[in-house]
Amino acid sequence: MSCNENVDCGRRRLLVATAAAGGVAGVAAAVPFVASMLPSERAKAAGAPVEVDISKLAPGQMMTVEWRGKPVWIINRTKEMLDGLAKIADQLADPKSDKKMQPDYARNETRSIKPEILVAVGICTHLGCSPTDKFKTGADSGIDPNWPGGFICPCHGSTFDLAGRVYKSKPAPDNLEIPPHMYLGDAKLVIGEDKKA
Amino acid sequence: MSKVNALLQGTLDWVDARFPLTSNWKAHLSEYYAPKNFNFWYFFGSLAMLVLVIQIVTGIFLTMHYKPDAALNASGVPVAFASVEYIMRDVSWGWLIRYMHSTGASAFFVVVYLHMFRGLLYGSYRKPRELIWLFGIGIFLCLMGEAFFGYLLPWGQMSFWGAQVIVNLFSAIPLIGEDLSIWLRGDYVVGDATLNRFFAFHVIAMPLVLVGLVGAHIIALHEVGSNNPDGVEIKKKKDANGVPLDGIPFHPYYTVKDIVGVIVFLMVFSVIVFFMPEGGGYFLEYNNFDPADPLKTPPHIAPVWYFTPYYSLLRAVTYPLFGIDAKFWGVVAMGAGTLIFAFLPWLDRSPVKSIRYRGTMTKVLLAIWIVGFFILGFLGTKDPAYKFFGAIPGAPVAQLLSVYYFLFFLTMPIWSSLDRCQPEPGRVTMK
Repeated sequence: MSCNENVDCGRRRLLVATAAAGGVAGVAAAVPFVASMLPSERAKAAGAPVEVDISKLAPGQMMTVEWRGKPVWIINRTKEMLDGLAKIADQLADPKSDKKMQPDYARNETRSIKPEILVAVGICTHLGCSPTDKFKTGADSGIDPNWPGGFICPCHGSTFDLAGRVYKSKPAPDNLEIPPHMYLGDAKLVIGEDKKA
Repeated sequence: MSKVNALLQGTLDWVDARFPLTSNWKAHLSEYYAPKNFNFWYFFGSLAMLVLVIQIVTGIFLTMHYKPDAALNASGVPVAFASVEYIMRDVSWGWLIRYMHSTGASAFFVVVYLHMFRGLLYGSYRKPRELIWLFGIGIFLCLMGEAFFGYLLPWGQMSFWGAQVIVNLFSAIPLIGEDLSIWLRGDYVVGDATLNRFFAFHVIAMPLVLVGLVGAHIIALHEVGSNNPDGVEIKKKKDANGVPLDGIPFHPYYTVKDIVGVIVFLMVFSVIVFFMPEGGGYFLEYNNFDPADPLKTPPHIAPVWYFTPYYSLLRAVTYPLFGIDAKFWGVVAMGAGTLIFAFLPWLDRSPVKSIRYRGTMTKVLLAIWIVGFFILGFLGTKDPAYKFFGAIPGAPVAQLLSVYYFLFFLTMPIWSSLDRCQPEPGRVTMK
């Protein structure tokens, strides 16, 4: 600030201070508007656990249930499907599930509590499309003559194996998320909760 | 008769003493001198204004019947989706208003892309028109936002999954991304909160910014004057009255010329609105005739045609860099692909503006870029596993063209200054 006989420095200082205070008030006034766009209390409260009866899910079949607005897949894997998981480890980006995309109890070879039952959030970790199941193997799949069965995302072509593990060099960075889940008896599954009942 | 004239003149004088009506009329129309050699490429600015008016007017009438509500109605159909069907089937002339609006969206991008291409051809972004160009880029970005927000409103399958993908783009930003995308959606998934706010953005926030930017674009243009196909400044040669020798008043000369463009445009527009409003699945995607289902992504999803070149850029990045996921870099490529146009005024070092006087190198490189842009756009509408003629895989082609897309701009300071240009004429030519 240059002071000379034409500039009243006291008034100039007051002007600057007023403008600064006004600016702070303006920014503060934006807070409620910005915050109003966050999820509301009602949206936060939604998302209760879901109970599923899996007694009718035959080996090789898959079902989809809705949890927190997202598709959750439950797949009853056959023995061949499970045997295939180990063979493709070198083609996967995170074969040992090192990244935290699953609860600790699902951090294993099959990414599941019971080896045959996979519970996974059916949302691609790239940009959130829901991948399509491609259980047919080999050339019949229309993907690759060596395709061992799995999932392909229709949006950007990411592929996942039958444990929801992502293949290397695909747009999706991570394996599919395994939601917290637990069994209440043999055929009753709870998704969204894993405390001991 | 003279009494009537006197009365009219008196009224005008009364207004002029209170509002700069006559002076604005002169500054922007009757005494705004535009170069006399405008050609075909100069129709698209005024056509963009026409489409803006069409979109605003049809949009106002659509909001009278549309309901931004994702809840299911008594028949199990989302209310928003059902209200669009209601407009199509039960509202008098609703189908026409809605088809005008949906066709208008594609028409907007057609005329704006042609308008931007004109800028590329004749160097309209060069000094002293950098700000006009930057306001124009702002308009282009606004238009993309407007198209994106509007596309969610019918709440069909493509609406839902398109919004899901684009909002998730933001989650790729390290550290803040996940919270940012939740803030944008207003929920943990795309839902009613998202639909409501996108409606607010689409019908009020974006249009206000858009109209403001269009105003700034035109004020800046009228300050420095229009460029022309020869890329020479008509203000350098003026007559005794200070009127450019190669300038003609915008009104009536170009208002009349633009009316011809408007008529031809409206003929084409009407054919599409009345006979092919779906545009073969490119203007209205068939998957969007199914209501949104958060549990199932359609087997093939692609954005509407005007976004597909950038979508190809996004898909082209498939490997991580500097320890950050490929996803993030894909988003960066997509964003950079749209923003890089803003740097043109400073990237182009050619001694001449117009393509007419630029050398072979510029013409060839620009032609390849345009063809590449079309191929990227085409591939963006296809499945990632698409093969040309069933043999040549599309993905590596898209990657190659994406690299060229950026190299064209990044190396422009070099090749534009090296190119062998012809001398510009002193005055405009009438070819």
